[in-house]
Amino acid sequence: MEPSAAAGIPASFVINGSRHDLTIPPWITLLDLLRERLQLTGTKKGCDHGQCGACTILVDGVRINSCLVLAVSRDGAEVTTIEGLGAGGSLHPLQAAFVEHDALQCGYCTPGQICSAAGLLSEGHARTRAEIRENMSGNLCRCGAYTNIADAIEDVMGQGAVAREAAE
Amino acid sequence: MNRFDYVRPHTISDAIKALATPASRVLAGGTNLVDLMKYDVDRPACVVDINRLPLREISEMADGGLRIGALVSNSDLAWHQTVQARYPLLASAILAGASPQLRNAATTGGNLLQRTRCYYFYDPSTACNKRDPGTGCSAIGGVNRIHAILGASADCIAVHPSDMCVALAAIGAVVEVEGPSGKRSIPFHDFHRLPGSEPQRDNTMREGELITGVVLPPADFGAHYTYLKIRDRLSYAFALVSVAVGLTLKADTIEDARVALGGVAHKPWRDDAAEAVLKGQKPATPLFRQFADQVLAEAKGQGENDFKIELARRAIVRALHQAAAGTPQDQSNKSVQ
Repeated sequence: MEPSAAAGIPASFVINGSRHDLTIPPWITLLDLLRERLQLTGTKKGCDHGQCGACTILVDGVRINSCLVLAVSRDGAEVTTIEGLGAGGSLHPLQAAFVEHDALQCGYCTPGQICSAAGLLSEGHARTRAEIRENMSGNLCRCGAYTNIADAIEDVMGQGAVAREAAE
Repeated sequence: MNRFDYVRPHTISDAIKALATPASRVLAGGTNLVDLMKYDVDRPACVVDINRLPLREISEMADGGLRIGALVSNSDLAWHQTVQARYPLLASAILAGASPQLRNAATTGGNLLQRTRCYYFYDPSTACNKRDPGTGCSAIGGVNRIHAILGASADCIAVHPSDMCVALAAIGAVVEVEGPSGKRSIPFHDFHRLPGSEPQRDNTMREGELITGVVLPPADFGAHYTYLKIRDRLSYAFALVSVAVGLTLKADTIEDARVALGGVAHKPWRDDAAEAVLKGQKPATPLFRQFADQVLAEAKGQGENDFKIELARRAIVRALHQAAAGTPQDQSNKSVQ
């Protein structure tokens, strides 16, 4: 059993491809670690209670609410935030589609929406528009850009289908 | 959030030793515990992080049942091939709950142990017998739209919030726990409890025990199941009323019926005597109404939640029709078919 230490627990993460060896108090959430300690402020704090999805990130490739995770409990994880989604300075297809479809108004929920949509695509359970909407239900948009958000995701999902057909 | 000690055991026996610390709490997915800690509803002295324990397996049992490790995530369970094929009622109920992000983090054991979403339980400035025994119940005579209509007491009218547990109650699962005095198996019906005079106790686990898994008996309702969830918005909301049904039909006759209700009581609600009314009968609206009337005979509203009694009656009848017809509720397209 590893010892307890209120002064800080050693924990390592690979965040957007960079390794971070840290010592962190156990009560710090992954969201606060990203924003307050690592200055990765792309991930947003909305409700801070798992009710809005603004803090959605990918941990070991899986979308979760970073506000409800004690960072130490994910020691060793690979984390991807909105800052790490695009490769080499270019937009991720979802980011490009959100721009193309005007899938936002104020933009505060957008990093969470895009990370959540990335998780949705890799999960592969949503195929229809109704399934996209249901599987995006954990991300609230107070501006009400839902129609365009669903359009953007449907577009990227369609591009994937076209790419798969071309490869066959 | 209060300050606490943190330990991360690698074996079940080390976890049980750590849980002997007073005011220790088990941390798995964290989706409920971390939230309760942020609200100061829970202030553990020691958090025992069990995420390194070997409890992530889903394994076939020799009798045709399934054993689910306590740390299997809600998503992994719902989309597991065997669960999709043989326990679609469980998969459907899980997918009716929370959001994909929460289901990716939340665990099987944690779902069983999640606390009520009673507004007063979550607000430490108010009286609540579940949070602070002996202080009173603010929900009685207060804002109680989401509260219990069955099995409530003069001390607590909170409901259990889980969808998954409603399906597990209908399926007749068994909860496996391990503690200082060894292993125990608790039938699902006996796992959660009614509030009585001790609403601080959600379940019948003993001090220092840990859930290690949930065992499903062999079950095959075919397509004759449904999980019908009625809530204030179509997704990402707790049930006002939910109904899990599994029917075994033979030559158009109901051979076996399992019906559990969520959102109406301190535990998933089953009524064995009422289920007997359905057996040997042909599916029909008058029979389903008779069943619903019997289940709800003792139902009592608290004022704001009186509507739940009629809502439950109608939901039960519709769910039984869905199950009998083999047209289970779709959890994405929720329009009435």
